[in-house]
Amino acid sequence: MTVTHTYDAVIVGAGGAGLRAAIEASDRVRTAVISKLYPTRSHTGTAQGGVCAALGNVEEDYPEWHAFDTVKGGDYLVDQPAAQLMCEEAVDAIYELEHWGLPFNRTPDGRIDQRRFGGHTRNHGEAPVKRACYAADRTGHMILQTLYQQCVKRNVRFFNEFYVLDLLMTDGRVAGVVAYELATGELHVFRATSVLFATGGFGRMFKVSSNAHTLTGDGPAVVWRRGIPLEDMEFFQFHPTGVYRMGILLSEAVRGEGGILLNGEGERFMERYAPTVKDLAPRDMVSRAIYQEIKEGRGAGPRKDAVWLDVRHLPRDVIEEKLPDVTEFARVYLSVEPTTELVPIQPTAHYAMGGIPTDVDGRVVLGADETPVPGLYAAGECACVSVHGANRLGTNSLLDIVVFGRRGGLHMAEFARDADLPPLPERPEGFARGMLDGLMNRREGANAADIRSDLQEHMFDLAFVVRTETGLKKMREILSGLRERYERVYVQDTGRRYNTELMEAVELGFLLDCADALVAAALARDESRGAHYREDHPLRDDEHWLKHSLAYRQEDGSIRLEHKDVKLGPYVPMERKY
Amino acid sequence: MTAAPESPGEVLEASDQRRAGATGRVTLTLRIRRYNPELRGEESWWDEFTIEVDPNDRLLDALHQVKWYHDGTLALRRSCAHGICGSDAMMVNGKNRLACKVLVKDVLPKVTVEPIRGLPVLKDLYVDMEPFFNGYRSILPYLINDEGEPDTERLQSPEDRHRFDDTTKCILCACCTTSCPVFWGDEEYVGPAAIVNAHRFIYDSRDHGADQRLKILSEKTGVFRCRTTFNCTEACPRGIEVTKAIQEVKRSILFERF
Repeated sequence: MTVTHTYDAVIVGAGGAGLRAAIEASDRVRTAVISKLYPTRSHTGTAQGGVCAALGNVEEDYPEWHAFDTVKGGDYLVDQPAAQLMCEEAVDAIYELEHWGLPFNRTPDGRIDQRRFGGHTRNHGEAPVKRACYAADRTGHMILQTLYQQCVKRNVRFFNEFYVLDLLMTDGRVAGVVAYELATGELHVFRATSVLFATGGFGRMFKVSSNAHTLTGDGPAVVWRRGIPLEDMEFFQFHPTGVYRMGILLSEAVRGEGGILLNGEGERFMERYAPTVKDLAPRDMVSRAIYQEIKEGRGAGPRKDAVWLDVRHLPRDVIEEKLPDVTEFARVYLSVEPTTELVPIQPTAHYAMGGIPTDVDGRVVLGADETPVPGLYAAGECACVSVHGANRLGTNSLLDIVVFGRRGGLHMAEFARDADLPPLPERPEGFARGMLDGLMNRREGANAADIRSDLQEHMFDLAFVVRTETGLKKMREILSGLRERYERVYVQDTGRRYNTELMEAVELGFLLDCADALVAAALARDESRGAHYREDHPLRDDEHWLKHSLAYRQEDGSIRLEHKDVKLGPYVPMERKY
Repeated sequence: MTAAPESPGEVLEASDQRRAGATGRVTLTLRIRRYNPELRGEESWWDEFTIEVDPNDRLLDALHQVKWYHDGTLALRRSCAHGICGSDAMMVNGKNRLACKVLVKDVLPKVTVEPIRGLPVLKDLYVDMEPFFNGYRSILPYLINDEGEPDTERLQSPEDRHRFDDTTKCILCACCTTSCPVFWGDEEYVGPAAIVNAHRFIYDSRDHGADQRLKILSEKTGVFRCRTTFNCTEACPRGIEVTKAIQEVKRSILFERF
């Protein structure tokens, strides 16, 4: 049995981008939010350090300086008009969050306090600048709570613990989505005039990851299977300071507040790699520096595969009041007392710069000429605007979700108000039903957890901080083997009630798709830029590669790549030094 | 401010090999209360699984190992796996905990896992969260301020900001509410988490909705149900002084507003 619902606007995902879009859309049209989690469980809540805007509350600052840093930090793959717009709108976006009650830390005169963050500088790189607005080290938690509170106030309609499995299109227009209700095992068809995907990232394809178990690329994979390209998938951010072995994020705010990195010999090695900003260099550079230190035998710990994060010299009140959560992570998960001991860290898979290609209104666009797909939108980590280019600056993800969540929500509502509801395709739930039946009907075969674990292990080895042609080709072969095994996956749980085993198997399929796209794009891009570092092509190649990649899944399963130009602006690409 | 450590020797001294490296595997037995009406009708039952794990792993990792390699039907909520999303509240050895904040080494050799109490169990460790969120929604959990918005931020002194800092940490995991004996007996009681979230706004200098919230919490479903057993404070994985927050709200109702 399939249940059918009809809305003007359907938002998939209830993290920061989805909730911000919902606030905007629900004021205007009939809106539903479909989320596989209760909204407050979304991964936005784990963002720690801050959200940047050039308020100039603590130090002189301008949106233009912020835009420059964003473009340079992104190694010039950023679409400059989009970054300029984001940094301009940042200021009002922060005030809006404050007006909705977000409890920012305050300056002595009662204004929003700001602190330093990696890659954010005064006057085009002179020195670090205090730009990140924050609420202790739980800024993402407070943003998620505040946005959810506003949704409660507006009585937004949520379908919680519903997994979106398919996008419905009729004659090139969006007609809705199909979702699986976890509580009952029913499929639901949501008819809608506009659909916005805000499903977050896919960092669970790597063994060491800061990402939640649920970050499996559902949105990108669902639209990819329907012929929508994925942009710049080769650019995946590896955050330098993950809890050793576990990958739990230790915020860059630790270094923003004065923490430093030491190699196994006790040397503050970032002084060699980034003489001006040192430990506050952008994440890609710090992660590569750590890799280099470890490779050259200066790693820390018994296996020499970590480095140290040192905060012992910080005033006690800074640690307890501005960094309480990360301090607790070290205590709980490493049994380390950061006020007196060093904290072992290693780079951790953190953030997808790439994703579903959109314009600045959240409209999903196809091809090099950016033809919009009527009614289809995306925002947040699952989207690629592109404001992060080849490497996102810390704090800009929280900014991205509020700025482009708002713009996407507004635009999708206006579109839905002006357009008719398209008819449904025939047997709308057919594709989703087939996917589930395959998994449910086999009584023996492969174990999804084994495949996922192999995927994570190999992606960590071959497609992480440092990549090579040989390694990526090997990964491509491994992926094809994993896919063969995936076709034989079966689940033990054949029930209809809270069948999370079934949904985990579906999520693994989504992850495999995202990994396919990532590896194909990484293999093609024979240069190094931002987070994509090819040891066999260590230099940036603007002549050939100052362009975005678009990966398409073809009917026969193969991947076709095309490219589109980067939208340049005032900032001429130059060598990236800090 | 001290700079980097003086010598490599100091660093090595500070490095504790046990902490920075993987250790051997240990044997853990998990005793899990199961419930699955599709398989076994309305009665719950106990299952035991004995597995090899890393002592520094989380209890959540051990539960995953059971689910992924022993019994795929085991159902539990989880997401972030480091104590922030609030999904994996469960009763661990009789106390409400987040499974991702309990390390295996602290529960060896055997651990008992049950669903949190006071909410209808749906399957294994899945409980119906709707009554919990209804309590949350009932206390108007959003900033109320009808004055016009200024062009920039509303000002708030660091002291005023600090006044409600503790209760902003709440992740709505329900550890507190489902550890409360009053809530077990009466699901009309809004419960500690709802009061914590009311507290977060009542003592926010920018908010003007305190009277409305205090009125709601002075009703028979509100704060005066609390019997000050401190279970909630003990259960909170975020270290919020829940009982203290409840007492502050009680005091405001008694002495300040009415």
